[in-house]
Amino acid sequence: MSGGAEPADAVLAAIARAFREERAIVLATLIRQAGDFQLAEDAVQDAFEAAMTVWRRDGVPANPGAWITTAARRRAIDRLRRDRSVADRAQRLADLARVDAQHEEPSMDDESTIVDDRLRLIFTCCHPALDMPARVALTLRALGGMTTGEIARAFLVGEATMGKRIVRAKRKIADAGIPYRVPPDDELPNRLRGVLRVVYLIFNEGYAATEGDRLVREELCDEAIRLGELLARLMPDDAEVWGLLALMLLHDARRAARVDPAGRWVALDAQDRSLWDRDRIREGLANLERAVRLRRPGEYQLQAAITALQIQAPGAEGTDWAQIAKLYGALGALNPSPVIELNRAVAVGLASGPGAGLELLEPLLGDPALERYQPLHAAHAELLSRAGDAQGAARAYERAIALTANAVERAELERRLDVLR
Amino acid sequence: MSQYMMLVYEEEVDAAEQAEREHVTPMLLELHASLREAGMLVGVQRLRSTESATSVRVREGQTEITDGPFAATKEVLAGYYILECADLDQALEQAARLPMARWATVQVRPVMPPDEWLRVAREAGADVPDEAVEHLA
Repeated sequence: MSGGAEPADAVLAAIARAFREERAIVLATLIRQAGDFQLAEDAVQDAFEAAMTVWRRDGVPANPGAWITTAARRRAIDRLRRDRSVADRAQRLADLARVDAQHEEPSMDDESTIVDDRLRLIFTCCHPALDMPARVALTLRALGGMTTGEIARAFLVGEATMGKRIVRAKRKIADAGIPYRVPPDDELPNRLRGVLRVVYLIFNEGYAATEGDRLVREELCDEAIRLGELLARLMPDDAEVWGLLALMLLHDARRAARVDPAGRWVALDAQDRSLWDRDRIREGLANLERAVRLRRPGEYQLQAAITALQIQAPGAEGTDWAQIAKLYGALGALNPSPVIELNRAVAVGLASGPGAGLELLEPLLGDPALERYQPLHAAHAELLSRAGDAQGAARAYERAIALTANAVERAELERRLDVLR
Repeated sequence: MSQYMMLVYEEEVDAAEQAEREHVTPMLLELHASLREAGMLVGVQRLRSTESATSVRVREGQTEITDGPFAATKEVLAGYYILECADLDQALEQAARLPMARWATVQVRPVMPPDEWLRVAREAGADVPDEAVEHLA
């Protein structure tokens, strides 16, 4: 690059790009080198601030990622020199200085180091010793491209609250000695399941909620899918990683059709299929196939397969409900839950008639844990109505309506109740 | 290496159930031997029941003494371990090995090293000499 001053817009664009594409990679590497999450994050922040001035003055460097990495490491050294409170300060300074002298950049050709660093970061952020909201926030902050303010808006909490949550999580990592590493083989399957749960929770938070800032919510879905893609790249031999990615893509493909222009929720069989994102569906199906080829079935693959069957059917009538019921049976065997059993009952009701569905529903209706579970009563109402018991159906709809806190859902249930009368 | 304290909180039970719990003692002996052999065991103590506890508080210069634990809680501290571990993962793994973990809650707490204690106190403005490190913990 020539020495002349760079136009401000070009510099801002280059910084934004570096932030989006390189920040998480630089951070992951520096956390390992500096041995401290907070220190590394502060140093990376410093480096981006410095880039603003230096790049404007000297031009955007040929390899912005490498520039940020070096700058962040030097800032970390400066910060360590000033901050006497850090444990093993001398050791860390020596380590960083050694790396600095060797110019050990995580260059793009050193793919395996980058992969390891990013995996370490994922497993640290999703460590079970952190509570779930902290895992979610930290994962989005450290691995995704979201700012604390954006995460706070997406989860409908104040920015200060979210900031505190993230700071507390980072402090716990340091104080409790949560290791920055990929778990050993014997713990890996279990810990990976925990990571996938965090990613799916992020996705659902964006997908399921009907309140809040829609755009920020959608950002969560995109971020979860990006994390899923990252995991698939980092751990391509795990079937459930592909299964989760497929599941998220297949749900997300229908994002635009899920809500009508008035903001009302639209049931799957009533959705305008022309609004579905065909590319996403294709991608989701391809990922599901890839998962299935690994021959290690799991809950995300089963859920993705159920979703795929619903999507590929021409409509509610043409759906292979018997196959879906079977998949729910497999899901329930893997992970017994009354909610899955409820879904199986609904599918059986559609495959073999309302009587068969009601028979499966019977034990669930007696379960005190489900007494206040709105979807159970809505499904009960639907089956009774199809079985010709209008009175029973009306009672079940009323029960469901009393239990829903969601205005969109309530409107839909009331509409169905009105049709009965 | 860091030290972790494992605080074993359990519900106090009737004599019959307590007698059943005592049956894990041979397992504990084995566990303690293996921890000692691995160089991890710094300390372990079992406490008598809260029946014999006395709580002391000094308020406005007055010493208040109460019979029993201060707050009536279901799970009470029954004993503790101090272990030297590489990181939290190793500490959590050891906590899960304790047979008491099947009925008790084992709280794993990192121990604050004396030099950090000194630094924290000084940062808060406490007047403490360097040698304090040896007497703090």
